[in-house]
Amino acid sequence: MDYTILILALPALSFLLLALAGMKMSHRVAGIVGTLSLAAVTVLSYATACSYFTAGRMEDGLYPTLVPWNFEWLPFTPSLHIDMGILLDPISVLMLVVVSTVSLMVHIYSFGYMKGEKGFQRYYAFLSLFTFAMLGLVVATNIFQMYVFWELVGVSSYLLIGFYYTKPEAIAASKKAFIVTRFADLGFLIGILIYGYYMQTFTFTPSEERLMQAGMVLPWALGLMFVGGAGKSAMFPLHIWLPDAMEGPTPVSALIHAATMVVAGVYLVARMFPLYVDFAPHVLHAVAWVGAFTALYAASVACVQSDIKRVLAFSTISQIGFMMVALGVCTDADPHGGGLGYMAGMFHLFTHAMFKALLFLGAGCIIHAVHSNEMEMMGGLRRYMPVTHITFLVACLAIAGIPPFSGFFSKDEILTACFGFSPAMGWIMTAIAGMTAFYMFRLYYGIFWGKENRELHARHTPHESPLAMTFPLVFLALVTVGAGFIPFGRFVSANGHAYDIHLDWGVAGTSIVVALAAIALATWMYARDRQPVADMLAARFSRLHRAAYRRFYMDEAWLFVTKRVIFRCVSVPVAWFDRHVIDQFMNFLAWGTNAAGESLQPVQNGRIQAYTWWFLSGIIVLTAVLLLF
Amino acid sequence: MEIEIHVIHYLVISTVMMFCGIYGFFTRKNLLALLISVELMLNAVNVNFAVFNRYLFPDRLEGHFFSLFGIAVAAAETAVAIAIIINVYRNVKQVLTDDITDLKG
Repeated sequence: MDYTILILALPALSFLLLALAGMKMSHRVAGIVGTLSLAAVTVLSYATACSYFTAGRMEDGLYPTLVPWNFEWLPFTPSLHIDMGILLDPISVLMLVVVSTVSLMVHIYSFGYMKGEKGFQRYYAFLSLFTFAMLGLVVATNIFQMYVFWELVGVSSYLLIGFYYTKPEAIAASKKAFIVTRFADLGFLIGILIYGYYMQTFTFTPSEERLMQAGMVLPWALGLMFVGGAGKSAMFPLHIWLPDAMEGPTPVSALIHAATMVVAGVYLVARMFPLYVDFAPHVLHAVAWVGAFTALYAASVACVQSDIKRVLAFSTISQIGFMMVALGVCTDADPHGGGLGYMAGMFHLFTHAMFKALLFLGAGCIIHAVHSNEMEMMGGLRRYMPVTHITFLVACLAIAGIPPFSGFFSKDEILTACFGFSPAMGWIMTAIAGMTAFYMFRLYYGIFWGKENRELHARHTPHESPLAMTFPLVFLALVTVGAGFIPFGRFVSANGHAYDIHLDWGVAGTSIVVALAAIALATWMYARDRQPVADMLAARFSRLHRAAYRRFYMDEAWLFVTKRVIFRCVSVPVAWFDRHVIDQFMNFLAWGTNAAGESLQPVQNGRIQAYTWWFLSGIIVLTAVLLLF
Repeated sequence: MEIEIHVIHYLVISTVMMFCGIYGFFTRKNLLALLISVELMLNAVNVNFAVFNRYLFPDRLEGHFFSLFGIAVAAAETAVAIAIIINVYRNVKQVLTDDITDLKG
């Protein structure tokens, strides 16, 4: 497994090459360098996954945890040191596959989507940087390495959201994303420090003795770590950056803000899962409720958005909520007795990454063709863009949870786990799954059916995208169709033992019926040229509609908290104190030194004999002192 | 009448030389006069070295060596000082200390 170091090294090298020498290359060469290095990474990731899972289980029935590469970076005490290395266990191998697949697809897709853009080489350099950071995050051997790469993905996300750096909205969005996630990462960092202090280690497996001594501290540390995860994974109320992050190029949204980076929070919880479930079950259930509320909130907002990327962004938030719920409802590490959610959450992470990347890339094709994000500008595109249409439909069916598409299997496991936790949670999540189907098909019909935008088509007929863009769509669609049949529980489960997925037809039947009903409702409401029912509902509940359209005023609430409360009540007095007390004290010191200098300055008048007089009197004084004492 | 020359006589002479030098250094304004005053002080010291060596440690020679060193250093110092004074005069047309104050910090 020594070659796994290349999985990290190749994107890093390609980033350095493209960042330093990219401007000397043509667009084509830069793109090929980035894509080839990523293709090699993908091949290596698949090889790693193959050899890891085919090597078989150990005697105790678990897959081994391998550390093929590790070095001590910052030693503090003999037990407390920060390492950098590569850790392979089922979830990190899974994430390697997810990240490299989606990243490779995005690299290929960007050839078509970003063709001729200014800064093409820079774009590929940042993509390589992001891939490096994300891969480093998933293979982290300890929580601190995870944090380092965690910040690095934040930086590359910032750089890519602000890729169009002449556009004010993009700049504002990139700053917002960075500040909000940094703010959340403060919690993560404090959590890590508490964890490191009490556990005397940064690894994921502290000693039994330390765990027993920790008491109430460990739940706090884990809760604070979840705050960081909530920021990155856009959990309510820290979700506000993700919809704005859609200002970045669409393939970036697909890679970072749908498939990989935003699930880092889920991955964090999964990584710390053994500690959560044994020592902080209440925190874990709080995670579940936060996830459920976020899923509900985001699904209701997604139902009324008109910008297609915003709809997908809120759908992402909602789906990450599902994953969090799945992890949070676990009550035990045994998948047969309350630990099913872990497997379900990771399964959903996998399938969601594929179909959500597909949705975003499809949306990119549509935006490429129509030159607008607004649903009003679209309609009737199915005749012009058949490949995009079919693949988008596949992804919509998958996210809506229709068998045999992959989303059905993972969502069904999540719902089963929720019903196992409490019926209330189960019904809430089933309802949200129905809302998911509704808003996805509202989006689908709004784009591909309904009234054609003849005015636009007369000027510029939409056309199917080039092969570089349709190939990733087709590939991801095939994965989406097939991924549900992967016996996922054999590879990943809460306690590591093999678990055979078996459908609970009660739950599955209910969710299929709900999803079909929601799709039928969406078809009835939106699959026509005019939408009287939707307009009537919007007019009847105009206040609710507007509130949902404005995302229930969460951005305004945050602005109120920051500008009115924090800036006015904290920052202004602090600034006053700084300006009038601290600065004045410093000014006084400077003024005093200056005045002393000014008054002593005439002594140094350049006349040599004046100096000798001072010298002589000094000697006389010193002599007198020596004689007297 | 024969006067026996004692150590005190030498010391009186060197003290007079020393204070003449100091007085000159403090009162004269001409750089050349200052240089001469410095030479007086140095030579007072050299006399002291020689005298103390001669009367206190007649079997050793360190004091004499120091005198010779002092003379050599004084010669070198004079050469440098005169060079400086000549250059100052060329630039400022002046060798009076009170008027040469341009190089103060």
